[in-house]
Amino acid sequence: MSKSIESTGIWKNFGDTQALKDISFDVNEGEIFGFIGPDGAGKTTLFRIITTLLLPDRGSMTILGLDSTKGFKKLRENIGYMPGRFSLYLDLTVEENLNFYASVFGTRVEDNYELISDIYSHIEPFKKRLAGKLSGGMKQKLALSCALIHRPRLLVLDEPTTGVDAVSRTEFWEMLRKLRQHDITIVVSTPYMDEAIRCDRVALIQSGQIMTIDKPQNIRDGFSRKLFSAKAADKYGLLIALREYPGTLSVYPFGDSIHVTFSEEKPDKALTEFLLKNGITDAVLNETEAGIEDRFLELMGKDETRKL
Amino acid sequence: MRTILYLIKKEFLQIFRDKFIGKAIFGIPIIQMLILVPAITFEIKSSEICIIDNDRTSESRGLISKLDGSPFFRILQSTSSEKEANELLYSDKADIVLHIPSGFGKDLGTGRPAKIMASVNAINSMTAQLSWAYLSGVIRDYNLDIAISGNPEAANAMAAIGITNRYWYNEMLNYKHYMLPGILGILVAAIGFVLAGLNMVKEKEVGTIEQINVTPVRKYQFITAKMVPFLVIGLIDLAIGLAVGKLVFDIPFEGSILLLFLGSAIFLVAALGLALFVSTMSGTQQQFMFVAFFFMIIFILMSGIFTPLESMPVWAQKIDMANPVAYLMRINRMIMLKGSTLSDIRGDLFALTAIAVIFTALAINRYRKTA
Repeated sequence: MSKSIESTGIWKNFGDTQALKDISFDVNEGEIFGFIGPDGAGKTTLFRIITTLLLPDRGSMTILGLDSTKGFKKLRENIGYMPGRFSLYLDLTVEENLNFYASVFGTRVEDNYELISDIYSHIEPFKKRLAGKLSGGMKQKLALSCALIHRPRLLVLDEPTTGVDAVSRTEFWEMLRKLRQHDITIVVSTPYMDEAIRCDRVALIQSGQIMTIDKPQNIRDGFSRKLFSAKAADKYGLLIALREYPGTLSVYPFGDSIHVTFSEEKPDKALTEFLLKNGITDAVLNETEAGIEDRFLELMGKDETRKL
Repeated sequence: MRTILYLIKKEFLQIFRDKFIGKAIFGIPIIQMLILVPAITFEIKSSEICIIDNDRTSESRGLISKLDGSPFFRILQSTSSEKEANELLYSDKADIVLHIPSGFGKDLGTGRPAKIMASVNAINSMTAQLSWAYLSGVIRDYNLDIAISGNPEAANAMAAIGITNRYWYNEMLNYKHYMLPGILGILVAAIGFVLAGLNMVKEKEVGTIEQINVTPVRKYQFITAKMVPFLVIGLIDLAIGLAVGKLVFDIPFEGSILLLFLGSAIFLVAALGLALFVSTMSGTQQQFMFVAFFFMIIFILMSGIFTPLESMPVWAQKIDMANPVAYLMRINRMIMLKGSTLSDIRGDLFALTAIAVIFTALAINRYRKTA
């Protein structure tokens, strides 16, 4: 399988801040590749290198067979980029924005309409409306249409679902799935762990470093211990008690429950007694399947996890 | 080329989508001309003069009536108290105090030199100089009258060396005619400089430039597209300003209109180039405005619109060689008042073109398509 992106040892500093440390990864042609990590992990910096807006300090990146620093002119014709911040002209209408981006790429909306029709049809009824007056979900669809209008071979989406409602998010991922039939490789970043499952492969990124790259299922399977979900009426009391219990390895809140791992295979009676002693009588402990977030926290290291 | 056209079309769409800016860019030149041209003038219509006549003879009354007859002076008060007169000067009510000492008439009658004293309020040195010049003109005139009436021979001598003067290119020394070409220049400069620069920085602030930067649009295409709309608007403003000048102030227009537009077009490229250069280095609109203001003030005040370039120190004149407004000021006045032709202003046009090329090249070079 040929590669859309091959990155080897990319480093980038901003003054004293190390934004990216030795970033290496490959993106296969036609896949949806996700970068999952919290804010400040370096996702946007990496994306700006991929889109030729930023030069790496060290390392090399080959995109669509071209060197990212030397072949940037040719690359810009083949990359579609949707920055994290909405960057279309707010004082132009939906239609004017789309026509404008088509024309600066030397193409016409009609030529590539079938590529965007699925997405654009949602906002076409509002084509005379100023982009600044659109809702978050509609802005996102317009931005995606504009990024696609020149039929790029690589689509780079920086946190496309941030600030978008749940329904629009689901819709958006469905649109991305459909784009695969047009042989477009998609690189996407998100701070939402639950969206990782929608990618073909994901890289977990933290503090400018890639922790792991794998299929989402493999990442979940990579969780090294048995994970338990604990619940009690006094959730905070339970959290404190579990943290104090000497046999626990990691404890962190997860939705309405608490995810916990133990140094022994199975929590024994000593735990129940410990909890009773701390006034928690109704604790329920069930084994549960680890998610991406659990694996992410495990990779971040036990020490940091305890602090959460 | 097609790309530039699309980019320019987008700029025009955005400029006129802003309802206020769309109207203001054509309204402002009219208002500016109507206010500034009559307002900025060096002419002294009436200097308030206070006379201390301690002589009270027909001679002193003759001088006073001469002053009274001049359109430049208004006799505020005649008094014999020096204290009162000085108070008027202190309280800024009088511009000049003219003291005619007793014995003035007698001295004149006996042929001895007579003395008078004038005190001029020089808070504003420009007004003081002009008032003084007018006053000495009236006194000289009066002097002449006496000489002629007392001595027919002297009158003949006067006739033999008659001095007349004529002010070329602006015969009536009409300051409106002097200021108008300059104000036209400033108006064009302000519109182009501020609007174009702000427009560019706004793209940075809003983030739209990031989306443009990943497109294959070339640097020179982007900068050109930012210049052309404001060049066109600047020239339309110039046409509006000229029309106002002709209709309202009946400005004489000696030279070629085409040449005037050529000069302004080159100037606009220089001003826009500088504005875009500054904006490529600014991150926010405030930063841009701060630097732009600095340049505008220096360029305009040093342009020679108010003070002649020749009276500036040599180092300042050297700096002015890089000041596009100074060239424009000269070109406008030469064409409009003197009717200079292309070959007369060739040197200025070449220099202005060089500045335009340098500023534009700097802007294109400094604009980065990478962050």
